Amino acid sequence: MSPTQPSTDRPIPPLRKILVLGATSGIAEATCRIWASQGASLFLVARNAEKLAAVAADLRTRGASYVDTAVADLDDTDKHPELLAHAVNSLTGMDIAYLAHGILGDQAEAEQDFNAAAQILYTNLMAPISLLTWLANFCVQRRSGTLAVISSVAGDRGRKSNYLYGASKAGLSAFLAGLRNRIDREGVTVLTIKPGPTRTAMTVAMPNSEKFADVDSVAESIVSAIDKRRDVLYVPFQWQPIMFIIRNIPERIFKKLNL
Amino acid sequence: MPTATPTAPQLDLPAADEQQQGKAPFESWGRYPNYSARIIPLHWQSDFPAIIAGLHNGALPVGMGRSYGDVCLLKDGNLLLTTGMDRLIDFDPETGLLTAEAGVTLAQILDFAVPRGFFLPVSPGTKYVTLGGAIANDIHGKNHHTAGTFGRHITQFELLRSDGTRLLCSPTENPGFFAATIGGLGLTGLISWATLRLKPIVSRMIDYEGIQFHGIDEFLDLSNQSKDIEYTVSWIDCAANGRNFARGIFMQGDHSTRRAELKPSAKPKLVLPFDAPGFALNHLSVSLFNTAYFHKQIHKRVVSLQDYEPFFYPLDKLLHWNRMYGKRGFLQFQYVIPWEHAKEGTIAILHEVAKSGLASFLAVLKVFGDVPSPGMMSFPKPGITVALDFPIKPERTFPLVARLADMTFEFGGRLYPAKDAAMTAPQFQSFYPQWQQFARFRDPMLTSSFWERVTGDRPTL
Repeated sequence: MSPTQPSTDRPIPPLRKILVLGATSGIAEATCRIWASQGASLFLVARNAEKLAAVAADLRTRGASYVDTAVADLDDTDKHPELLAHAVNSLTGMDIAYLAHGILGDQAEAEQDFNAAAQILYTNLMAPISLLTWLANFCVQRRSGTLAVISSVAGDRGRKSNYLYGASKAGLSAFLAGLRNRIDREGVTVLTIKPGPTRTAMTVAMPNSEKFADVDSVAESIVSAIDKRRDVLYVPFQWQPIMFIIRNIPERIFKKLNL
Repeated sequence: MPTATPTAPQLDLPAADEQQQGKAPFESWGRYPNYSARIIPLHWQSDFPAIIAGLHNGALPVGMGRSYGDVCLLKDGNLLLTTGMDRLIDFDPETGLLTAEAGVTLAQILDFAVPRGFFLPVSPGTKYVTLGGAIANDIHGKNHHTAGTFGRHITQFELLRSDGTRLLCSPTENPGFFAATIGGLGLTGLISWATLRLKPIVSRMIDYEGIQFHGIDEFLDLSNQSKDIEYTVSWIDCAANGRNFARGIFMQGDHSTRRAELKPSAKPKLVLPFDAPGFALNHLSVSLFNTAYFHKQIHKRVVSLQDYEPFFYPLDKLLHWNRMYGKRGFLQFQYVIPWEHAKEGTIAILHEVAKSGLASFLAVLKVFGDVPSPGMMSFPKPGITVALDFPIKPERTFPLVARLADMTFEFGGRLYPAKDAAMTAPQFQSFYPQWQQFARFRDPMLTSSFWERVTGDRPTL
């Protein structure tokens, strides 16, 4: 893990141009509300047209200076270059790309059916790599930009309860670390975001959901980590020491745990 | 590759489906009664048709669960949780018209509106209620005598019915459904979005005045003198008898007209983290609290400039204050008695409460104005309204509340469904004789524990 040293040599433009992939996800939507209230320009991508339109209207109302949308299935990697070129044209540039799409998948099914396992890896790892390849080269050419990507604490160590999801996020975190190592020196920031369980309308009925992180404060942390050009964000921050311990349990013991 | 639905990334959790199939308790604010139901979160307006089509028991749209009794409960049924539908749709700063999904809370609306120089047309005692809930209970606030109920400031909304129809409702379009849905307790369909008329302000501040009074006559005099003041409400000491009977503090305010910074509110930090033990609120502790509260205001009259947050939402500072009443919860009781018997009725009821020794420390007294509500089943009407709360002591609380309900009926008044967990079917049906007319607008798939209790109705499936 690299140190999270904020650097001040790259000033934050006041009205930023932000591309959001997976804009109808709970965390992405909460993050976009903050950016909209700051007057940002947004290009939103999601699969469902009706939901995307609802999010776009909300962000316009909250003060975004510009909102454009595209309906796309991000598993369709062949269409990524065209989609991304269209997005940066529409925004007339791009300061931040925020990748928030992904699936939890069904661990039990994936243990029995390779196609289900491959689907998790494709959506959570292959599709982001395809997007980030284009986006990284775009930013390197301009020697500026931030690539903020939602990975997960689940990628820090494989556990029996969700190791396919975990494997996809571990791969993504490793990819991002390597990408950062390559392009940070080119003036491009790469932020790996690792959220813990987050309270959204979907989790409200779960036991102890009161103790989950509030999606709005998760979003605030993400916005602030991007502003500070941090490298890795555990959110809420308690997950950093927790995952440090989990990563360092000897395998001899770990393999017997029920996590 | 097969396609997949994007979701927020998460650590492993019990599968959402598994949880949602099972029954979970959903608490109303009074924490009584306590029923389990299947909670189905709605994130999007488009979720409703598919979800309702797959249900086999009755369903009920719910929001923040801030109503006190069982209007937001459905024992062993399906609660459609609307708080995920919290998007804004449109705002016109020229007219103040805000259109938003029904799950948006009044707190979220204030966060949006106040920095833009707008305020809610009607504020209840908490900002943690949804727009849909505010319509469904046709809530009222400290400005009822000048502004009427919340429903008066709703220009239109969309109603989704379980048969798949979408009805645009306004005073001119589907006026029957418009009137039935305002104060309709969520039973006429799912309100997907609504348009609310906000009002302009130039400051967050309220020009506040607090005045001590002794007795209902003094209270009525003060109410008469303050007819032109936008907000009025009184706290009343219900534990006191004899010389201090019906003493209280009359609180009034207007939005300050001096321009000031319209900054957003800070987030609340205090949460009552655990249930207080059952004995924490007893006659002695409440009497002491009430005496301290009455004398906290040292002078008979106090004038100050107050932020709107403490003026409108004094209890919101302490999230989950309802835990003060412990696990058993509490009963709320709010009546309105029309002018004809308002004074004698209020005195009689307050005597009965003081005599019972069952402490109530969040007692509120207000005069309702004569601005008519557009809702068919709305609670307010011109007269005096009193809201009381009682800790649940099974052998004493229920007989007291039953006596108070009978007295309310004898004085020609009625009770507020949003604050009720105890009125009987005959009482409800005489308080709201129009209930059968209302029942014709009910969605056959939607019901509530309240509705079943006061009508004996089971959903037609």
